Amino acid sequence: MKSKKLIGYIKIIGFVAYALFLGFSFWKGFEPGKKMAFNLRYFSLEMAKILPPAFLLIGLFEVWVKKETIEKHFGSKSGLRGHIGGILLAGTTVGGLYVAFPVAYSLYRKGADLGVIFTYIAASAICRVPMTIFEASFLGIKFSIIRLSVSIPLVIVSSILLGRYLTRRKYTIRAGE
Amino acid sequence: MYFLYLLLFIAMLVSFITDRNKTYKAIKIAFKKFMKILPAFASMLVLVSIILGLVPDTLILHYLGKSNMSQGVLMASFFGSITLMPGFIAYPLCGILLKKGVTYTVISAFTTTLMMVGFVTFPIEKRYFGIRVAIIRNVLSLLIAIIVAILTGIFFGEIF
Repeated sequence: MKSKKLIGYIKIIGFVAYALFLGFSFWKGFEPGKKMAFNLRYFSLEMAKILPPAFLLIGLFEVWVKKETIEKHFGSKSGLRGHIGGILLAGTTVGGLYVAFPVAYSLYRKGADLGVIFTYIAASAICRVPMTIFEASFLGIKFSIIRLSVSIPLVIVSSILLGRYLTRRKYTIRAGE
Repeated sequence: MYFLYLLLFIAMLVSFITDRNKTYKAIKIAFKKFMKILPAFASMLVLVSIILGLVPDTLILHYLGKSNMSQGVLMASFFGSITLMPGFIAYPLCGILLKKGVTYTVISAFTTTLMMVGFVTFPIEKRYFGIRVAIIRNVLSLLIAIIVAILTGIFFGEIF
């Protein structure tokens, strides 16, 4: 436990040093530092917009959706249907990986299969609908179709393998420990 | 984004009408979960800002615009893995790369790693899945991204 405390202290020192560096950059007009501050502000605002509604929806999901429902549609017996369901759910996920992780954790707690969880996470990175439309408008629809049709099978296969491997090793997801 | 708020509004309304206490409980759960993961999000924000400060768009443009295909794929995977960009910055950037003559293969490696491999989201992923699984998932994603890039290249007739 001693090392954990030490890491905690290092983190605090890191944060303080970072804040001092940003302050110093503004004082002396150091461009890269100023750019970092602008990035920090931009991404913080972005998080502030996305995270509260996302977590509230997760809260509603936790109290209203029954374990049996998730087990039936995304559980270990759901097979390929579960993976396709995971991809469809991912299509509506906003933000990206950082929203997918807490959602995935709630799904897992309600009895979703590990393989389906990994499919969901990967798909929420690459199959989000608004993002794909945006991509197609800049890089062409052909690019998006090729990218999706190549990556989705790869994602499903690798997720099934990873899920099986981890289930065999009796792995469990344990958040915030 | 509007969709998210609309969905939340409708869900909250229905939930509140159906069962007030359950709705309060949901809000409580949401708050608790949020507070628990907040430090990891703070770490992510700091990492993002530092990396985007050190690796500006112009640098990515410079490196991806000048290298050959295999070098380009490696470079693109590297930049894609360490950075995190919102779509409205990433895709216009890719559009510029395309006009500069960068191949679809390289762009595919960049966008796929950008989305799937998360160096900056690692603090969050680690909190939920543990270090080992987070590493396995990211390495797998990197491999998938490279395969996707190669196949994109084949389909666009850039490789072979």
